Amino acid sequence: MDLLYRILVDPFVQMAGMPDFFLQVIWEGFVAGVLYSLIALGFVLIFKASGVFNFAQGIMVVFAALTLVGLHALGLPAYVALILTIAVMGVLAVAVERVIFRHLVNQPDIILLMATIGLTYFLIGLGEFVFGGNPKVMITAQLGLPTGSTAIDVLGGLVILQHIDIAAAVIAIIMVATLGVFFNKTRIGRALRAVADDHQAALSVGISLEQIWVIVWFAAGIVALATGIMWGARSDVSFALEIVAFKALPVLILGGFTSIPGAIVGGLIIGIGEKIGEIYWGPLVGGGIESWLAYVIALIFLLFRPQGLFGERIIERV
Amino acid sequence: MLYREAGQFKTSYEADQAVFPILQDRIGVMVILAVAVAIPFFASNFVLASIMIPFLIFALATIGLNVLTGYAGQLSLGTGAFMGVGAYSCYKLTTFFPDVNIIVLVLLSGLFSAGIGMVFGLPSLRIKGLYLAVTTLAAQFFLEWCFIRIPWLYNYNHSGAIEVPERTGFGGVVLTGPAATPFVRYFVVLAIVVAMTIIVKNILRGRIGRSWMMIRDMDIAAELIGVRPLVAKLSAFAVSSYICGVAGAMMVFFWLGAAEASAFAISLSFQILFMAILGGLGSLIGCFFGSAFIWALPVVLRLVLPSVGIQIGAETVEHLTQMIIGALIILFLIVEPHGLARLWQIAKEKLRVWPFPYA
Repeated sequence: MDLLYRILVDPFVQMAGMPDFFLQVIWEGFVAGVLYSLIALGFVLIFKASGVFNFAQGIMVVFAALTLVGLHALGLPAYVALILTIAVMGVLAVAVERVIFRHLVNQPDIILLMATIGLTYFLIGLGEFVFGGNPKVMITAQLGLPTGSTAIDVLGGLVILQHIDIAAAVIAIIMVATLGVFFNKTRIGRALRAVADDHQAALSVGISLEQIWVIVWFAAGIVALATGIMWGARSDVSFALEIVAFKALPVLILGGFTSIPGAIVGGLIIGIGEKIGEIYWGPLVGGGIESWLAYVIALIFLLFRPQGLFGERIIERV
Repeated sequence: MLYREAGQFKTSYEADQAVFPILQDRIGVMVILAVAVAIPFFASNFVLASIMIPFLIFALATIGLNVLTGYAGQLSLGTGAFMGVGAYSCYKLTTFFPDVNIIVLVLLSGLFSAGIGMVFGLPSLRIKGLYLAVTTLAAQFFLEWCFIRIPWLYNYNHSGAIEVPERTGFGGVVLTGPAATPFVRYFVVLAIVVAMTIIVKNILRGRIGRSWMMIRDMDIAAELIGVRPLVAKLSAFAVSSYICGVAGAMMVFFWLGAAEASAFAISLSFQILFMAILGGLGSLIGCFFGSAFIWALPVVLRLVLPSVGIQIGAETVEHLTQMIIGALIILFLIVEPHGLARLWQIAKEKLRVWPFPYA
């Protein structure tokens, strides 16, 4: 009975007892969720347009952030560094298409996935080789992003909001809206979806695979850069993000592999669910359950709705 | 001319179904085994302890992953965690049964790993591919968490690590612990790896192995002609996890001597996956090639680069290794998806007609 009480009743009593703390937890979860969403967004972009599950998205985030900080450390003004970083991501997109995916058209999913794992390792090695493995500080203020925090007085307590988090949420919303319009309304967007459905059919109606892939990897690079800036502003820029990037997988399962809104909603559910689980149920089993809770949520979800919340029904079942 | 099977007639079913039907292969295997046995009499302790022993252990772990990914077609990113299960259960077993021969315990601990592997393999009955990768990632992070958060697993040590106690066997020979010589540990590891490889080879040739390959190639067709996916997939998970568990137990008991949970992190899973891809998915000999290649690459870089006049630090070697391995993975996937094992096979085919390339 005592155990049941501690699992089923006590956490809710705690939540109701300290509503301001509960709000703070939700906000923290929301912010983490935005970060997951942004990483997942990069995955979705590439998956939607080429059927490639891009494992390297997480490391692209680190790589973009490191390039930005590294260029600034060379003495370039922040905005010049930003533009140069965008150019670097463009070069990376072209290189990835030329060197890897041009040669892997129509290969099985697993092979493509492994190729991106190879890319991940290459980028980790390259990043550490060029920039060193030490954590670096993001140039938040130089880029004109807000710093500092506000404490809001609600429900009998203070909820602390970091300004950069609010900016991150706003930027995420803008980015998603832009991408949504891009995919659904523009000619290139439609070509992207055609390529995703069937490489060969798309080729035969005159869509250039090479061009589409470069565009989509470039877009994913931009998303990675934005994610890197936001995340780097909260903590340091280091290779520790690799682990965070793995969270994008359950987010995608939850949201659906091909849905941009799905990536956002899935990210928020995972982010908030994870924080609430960790704070209120975590102590029952010794804490630290954040590392796997997202996967368990995704697993349970997978059994009931394998295509995800907004995904297309493409999953192969046995 | 060297490698020609012409004239080798088989007059019995046994000869026809032999593991190595060609005489030259049998001689080759004997030579390799003889070299493997002879190495410790010539090599230094350093070579044995930090190159040969880890190479063999990683080769075994790669065989475990290859059974699952290469032969049964189920992608797994949780190899490291299953190795951890083997290591921790072996540690617990040797605490409970200090008098039992440690080799028996190492082999038993694989059973725990097999059980847990089957539990995490259950979702594979309904889902495939990328989705399955999520369940194996769940296994990876959940098990890693267990290794940290359940103090019972490491006997409430303050360090949080499992430390290998001294165990003797075979009439007083020190097998594990700091007092065990690399010489002895090498032979134990070699014996287990060779025995397991032979067993796996035979499983793969038999009914179970063939059903795995059928599931891999086309699961629906396999089901239609009477392969039960449930049995095939779960047995693949069980065998794979068993081998990985034994490899993990050996990794701690015969190589590292002590390990924390972080030793079984996801980077280990990826390392094993790379060994399997580079060596060749769906090939046993490839596991040894892949393991040797990835384990030896940093060592070779560290030794060779200074000798040609390029001075680099240990960190740079690590970064270079990572870049080279990443690039090689991509290169192999594009150029030779069957890995080093396929190159080996091509070499044998060339030898078969040598010196007449047109024959």
